[in-house]
Amino acid sequence: MSYRYDIRLSGSGGQGLILMGIILAEAIGIYDGKCVAQTQSYGPEARGGSSKAEVVVSNAEIDYPKALKLDLLLAMNQKSCDDYYMDLKPDGILIVDSTFVKQLPTQRAYQIPFTRIAREKLKREMVANIVALGAISKLAPIVSSKAIEAAVLARVPKGTEKLNRDALKAGVMAAKKVKKVSFPSAPAEFEDEDT
Amino acid sequence: MAEITRLIHEYLRHDKKFPHVWCPGCGIGIMLGALIRAIDKTGYSKDDIVLVSGIGCTGRLPVYVDFNTLHTTHGRALTFATGIKLAKPRLKVIVIMGDGDAVAIGGNHFIHAARRNIDLTAIIVNNSVYGMTGGQYSPTTPYGMKSTTTIYSNVEHSFNISELAVTAGAVFVGRGTVFHAKLLESLMEKAFAKVGFSVVEIISHCHTQFGRLNRMGTAVEMMQWQRDHAVTVEKAAQMKPEELKDKFKIGVLVDRELPAYQDGYDKVRRWAKGSEKR
Amino acid sequence: MNLRKKVRKKELLLQGNEAAVEGALRAGCSFFAGYPITPATEISEILSVRLPQLDGTFIQMEDEIASLGAVIGASLAGAKAMTATSGPGFSLMQENLGFAIIAEVPCVIVNAMRGGPSTGLPTMPSQSDVMQARWGTHGDHPIIALCPSTIRECYDLTIKAFNYSEKYRIPVVLLIDEVVAHMREKITIYEDEEVEIFNRVKPTVPPEWYIPFEDTPKGVPAMANFGDGYRYHVTGLTHDIRGFPTSRPDEIDPFIRRLFRKVSQNFSDVQIGESYETDDADITIIAYGCVARSARRAAADGRENGLKVGVLKMNTIWPFMRSQVEKVLRTSKVVIVPEMNMGQISREVKRVNKGDTKIFTINKVDGTIITPQEILNRIKEVC
Repeated sequence: MSYRYDIRLSGSGGQGLILMGIILAEAIGIYDGKCVAQTQSYGPEARGGSSKAEVVVSNAEIDYPKALKLDLLLAMNQKSCDDYYMDLKPDGILIVDSTFVKQLPTQRAYQIPFTRIAREKLKREMVANIVALGAISKLAPIVSSKAIEAAVLARVPKGTEKLNRDALKAGVMAAKKVKKVSFPSAPAEFEDEDT
Repeated sequence: MAEITRLIHEYLRHDKKFPHVWCPGCGIGIMLGALIRAIDKTGYSKDDIVLVSGIGCTGRLPVYVDFNTLHTTHGRALTFATGIKLAKPRLKVIVIMGDGDAVAIGGNHFIHAARRNIDLTAIIVNNSVYGMTGGQYSPTTPYGMKSTTTIYSNVEHSFNISELAVTAGAVFVGRGTVFHAKLLESLMEKAFAKVGFSVVEIISHCHTQFGRLNRMGTAVEMMQWQRDHAVTVEKAAQMKPEELKDKFKIGVLVDRELPAYQDGYDKVRRWAKGSEKR
Repeated sequence: MNLRKKVRKKELLLQGNEAAVEGALRAGCSFFAGYPITPATEISEILSVRLPQLDGTFIQMEDEIASLGAVIGASLAGAKAMTATSGPGFSLMQENLGFAIIAEVPCVIVNAMRGGPSTGLPTMPSQSDVMQARWGTHGDHPIIALCPSTIRECYDLTIKAFNYSEKYRIPVVLLIDEVVAHMREKITIYEDEEVEIFNRVKPTVPPEWYIPFEDTPKGVPAMANFGDGYRYHVTGLTHDIRGFPTSRPDEIDPFIRRLFRKVSQNFSDVQIGESYETDDADITIIAYGCVARSARRAAADGRENGLKVGVLKMNTIWPFMRSQVEKVLRTSKVVIVPEMNMGQISREVKRVNKGDTKIFTINKVDGTIITPQEILNRIKEVC
């Protein structure tokens, strides 16, 4: 039986969402060996404006490449959280950057201050997206942390490997500490392939 | 065999049904003669010469000569020539244009080909008018002159093609007239020998359109006008500005060294392949 | 999980534009001239790195007119050449596109379709250049246009585009909508994979016997490259079989007819498409590009709800896939044509409809993809 897992990474231009989408798709598609389709929409601004990247995952050929109902939504700012919350499935996972998202539409959300962690612990705000990827690998059943690490290191500029590895770790740690939310368990297929 | 007979046999296409499209007395014939003599002196094989033209009276020139010939769209000859030269650098690519072709519709291509310093020779026949379409004003029609679209008087200022070429970065710029046929030949020879973007501007006449409207007389009288208004670069250097007021310079206007595009791109290839460090 | 083994399989996560580049290089493209424009810029950027590594040439020209001019020049000199652009640039290219058609110069033009008219929607998708690809340049002419809907198809169809252009001496337009151009999917490329690569047929006769625009039975004359010893004339004027301008009606007519014939008598070779469950379908969705994917999802959802829905995906846009479309028009009760334009292909579908099959359109021009739900809603509305 084929399944479909729809992810949306959203926020504003300059937060590195499209790169995140590429890394996530590469981790799931190339390193974890599933079918993926990654799309994005963005405005003319290189910085600011709305930006989103979507990743659709399946064990079979993907027909419609954009996200339908979301299994996972990452909101890196308040506007994207407000705009896209309604697209989540009832059991979909919401992860927000609590540096910017102050008003939550639901209590069933993982709140992690990705940008603050990047700024304070790693001294580089620009790795907030990598911190978030670390947290996703821990919180979502769709990608292995090994694959995420391999994909991150393959895409980031030479010389920044340590910074990015630290950012991933910081994300994983933050996800371990975050207040747990109860969700219905994921379909069995994911667990089989992820172990 | 007389030299002229040999040249005709060698370079004109006999399977093309002559006569040609040009009016009796047109300057393009003189220019074609100079072109063939200059090419003959370079020693290039006919197989290695590509003659590219745009649209207009000059655009029809390549059809009569026995090279690889290409008659392109209006103003775009330099772009096609750029592709040919880059894809097969061993070919000698010569571009024939008119004034409207080169600096009106093709003005952007002209300045960028010069800026890029691509290894081409641009030969521009400047007769101050769009001849083939019936004598409309062009970017080189002088202020105050008549054309079929400035029947009251031209109120636009004209381009100086050679100065434009110098400013845009051409490494060789020469100007001649169809009256000075031998000078044309030597300018073309020098231009062909130059590596980089070379320009030869040829002041010509259109007695059928421009001359008739502006009462400038026959082809012969218009060539006499060229003789009386052209001053060699060497002579002009000795003359006062007021003496040069209604004159134009002929000869080599610029001859300088700049790296040609192809040399730069060969380096890019070596850098890309890692065979040379940037 | 064995990371290393999978990487060695040459599985790549590529964008549509990136896959088109891989396809072009596989087909033997050695020359690219272009001008920056969203959403086609990636093609230029990547080729500016890759072509010099392979002894090829990349050049950024002063505009799109110059870009296609340089591409045609390079092709005449023997290179397999390509350019890439989007709507506004494609408009500028129409002039030289006509030249490539009349002078029969092989070349490939990628048009990453964005919303229009004019500057329109630079970063948002559309499928509104379908008719421009067909009739954008003036005069009667044939054209081949292909449209991928997956990343794999971007790769395969770019190779096909080069093959068709070389085989039929005709410019081939690759219409990639922005969704597919910027989408990323996994693609497996095997270096030693058997791929059919077609190179232009060159003359074998001595130069003095060469007739460059000869009316051969196949309709496609042999093509000599500049510099190969065959000195001939190439012109944008209507010409005789030797390439010289002509205004004789008895030479013009067979020339223009041959241009059409070289495509029309090879229709079956240039028609690429796929049918999904159309045999028993009451409702068939005819779609292309990214919308074909929405259509397949809608069909699957429809089948789950007991509706017999099939999909005809068109990869060849021009020449129009008449026989395949006629077939589904015969077998289906209802045909739905969803497009991200005001109805460019549906016009063609209606044109070839001889029976009383009902044809309904979905036209979306807001810069977003047509969703499976929108197609399903339309099906429910009309059935």
